[in-house]
Amino acid sequence: MSEIALDVRDVSKKFRRGELYDSLRDLIPAAARRMFSRRPPAGLGKREFWALKDVSFSSRRGEAFGIIGGNGAGKSTMLKLLTGIMRPTTGSIWVAGRLSALIEVSAGFHPDLTGRENIYLNGAIFGMTRDEIRRRFDAIVAFSGLGEFIDTPVKRYSSGMFARLGFSVAAHVDADVLLIDEVLSVGDYMFQQKCIERIDTVLANGATVVFVSHNLQAVANLCSRSLLLERGVVQAIGPTGDVIRTYLTRGQEERAIDADRGISLTNVSTRDADGALRNRFESGDKLYVTVEAQALTRHEDMSVAIQIFDNNHYLLFETCTQRLGANPITLDAKQTLKCTFGLDLSLARGTFHVDALLYRYVTNSPYDLWKTAATFFVAGGPDVRGVVTLHPQLVACDIRAAKADLNDESGQSHGRSGE
Amino acid sequence: MLFRSIRELVARRELLYMLIWRETVVRYKQSIMGLLWAVLMPILIVGSGFIIRYAFSRVAGTPLALADLTSVAVKAAPWAFFVAALRFGTNSLVANSTLVTKIFLPRLVFPVAAVCAQLFDFLVAGLIIGLLLLVLQAGLSIYLLWLPILIAVLVVMACAFAVIFAAASLFFRDVKYLVDVLLTFAIFFTPVFYESSLFGNWAPVLLVNPVSPLLEAISATVVLHRSPSLPWIGYSVVFTVLLSWAALAMFSKLEPLFAESV
Repeated sequence: MSEIALDVRDVSKKFRRGELYDSLRDLIPAAARRMFSRRPPAGLGKREFWALKDVSFSSRRGEAFGIIGGNGAGKSTMLKLLTGIMRPTTGSIWVAGRLSALIEVSAGFHPDLTGRENIYLNGAIFGMTRDEIRRRFDAIVAFSGLGEFIDTPVKRYSSGMFARLGFSVAAHVDADVLLIDEVLSVGDYMFQQKCIERIDTVLANGATVVFVSHNLQAVANLCSRSLLLERGVVQAIGPTGDVIRTYLTRGQEERAIDADRGISLTNVSTRDADGALRNRFESGDKLYVTVEAQALTRHEDMSVAIQIFDNNHYLLFETCTQRLGANPITLDAKQTLKCTFGLDLSLARGTFHVDALLYRYVTNSPYDLWKTAATFFVAGGPDVRGVVTLHPQLVACDIRAAKADLNDESGQSHGRSGE
Repeated sequence: MLFRSIRELVARRELLYMLIWRETVVRYKQSIMGLLWAVLMPILIVGSGFIIRYAFSRVAGTPLALADLTSVAVKAAPWAFFVAALRFGTNSLVANSTLVTKIFLPRLVFPVAAVCAQLFDFLVAGLIIGLLLLVLQAGLSIYLLWLPILIAVLVVMACAFAVIFAAASLFFRDVKYLVDVLLTFAIFFTPVFYESSLFGNWAPVLLVNPVSPLLEAISATVVLHRSPSLPWIGYSVVFTVLLSWAALAMFSKLEPLFAESV
């Protein structure tokens, strides 16, 4: 199965900043001005910019391919080019077979129509025939879990129901190449699991999945190879782990020193036991966080704190030099500080962020706070779910006759396996 | 190149059906009178035509012939269809801008579906007028066979206009107002409530309006039971073909820009 399913070659897309003329009333004076003025129209080239520049990649059948990048990196433009909504300025995109997109899955819904009617309408929009929809209708309804509301106009749906119905229709379209946006954030945990199972089925059937997201964890879970876009240019392409590492380390440039503040955090990095910069760890590894600061004027009685947040910015952990037994830190002008915290990574699989804080311990007044100073990534085994790992061991897993008193048992042996 | 857009449209005909169905169903959903609208509108149009016709004959002092009344009825319905088709057609791409910018579809379906959705109302009006003609004993003739051809030309012409205006109004929002003004005043330059023969030697000026020969021909074949004016029909057909060609050429040229300019 190494046939190419999707081939993007040297694709560039040019956009124009600012407003176009939106009505004839605006255009006619503008056209007249242009006709009578000697100068060429004011900097048409100047207002243009490349949203994507010379992007090339290809993906094989049965492969999940990720596209990551920050806001404004060109991910959405890439998606629009792949779906055909927009055409590239230069370059070519070749797709083997039918391309379907799990993007804007509810765009085709009409609020006055019922769920049932909208399934047929949206199915047609995604390119299904009425026969196909009729055959899959029950599966679609079951997938959405909206059985009892299927004859209610969708304007009475909650936004979650709306999105679930949209996703359910789109997920039942046959496709050789499936594009996925952030849709996985739709619905509750159960629905998300269903979506991931569905994507696995699609992959197993030999289709190609292109996943565009800034949820690094989801990309890492799903995609074997990835592409990193930054300001419309390919920064990295290859195995997802490497690409994510490139993405995360790019954020860790030296921080400019703020002259007004008198003292600044200058660098925060995550390292392994050898002191090498690293962003990917295994659950249970040793993690070292190094915090550097520089003083322009004298500062006394300080403490350095680090906080670790999960991807939802929920505080998991905090510690500081003072609490770990260090003396209050005093820096004279032009002095620098470097301290390293060693941590045991009792974390489950996920993306985690480090905030660093420099503050006066006695008054608790902060001098400098650096939010999301570093990001690291933990690859855990399949034996735990959640945010942390409590290092579980299976002590017993007994099967007894049904006569045993169930109430008695429930407190002791939760025999659930990891999956 | 031009035929590609038509081929795409044929390939996605299921989508076309569904959009036509949506337009039709949504129009009559959650309204007080529901389907009655489709019946009431033609009655209103034909009724107002009768009143104008009656006023004409009073002023001119000529007796009011039955054929005059039926001919107004027979021309008013297609004209009402044409006006509605152009209004909805012009607005179709802007109204569906979420679909235009977010999902890949052959965008030609939107104006075409908007025009075809008006066919439902036209059909209801046609049935009512047919009933009226039956009651008034207007009679039948072999020339009635012209009717489907004439209506087909009218529908294609409406589609072509709708495609052009829909694409233009994506780029310039005031195209919609321009079309509205044109359609409002077009009734004066279209022989709906009168015959072009009323203008004597000036009649051809009126028939330059490509819809006029079709309406006149419908009146001639259905009410007067005679052959339509072939040269003028030819003119309308040629106009429609050229307009459709221009519409498709323009549409396929502009379509790649749609998502960026909405």
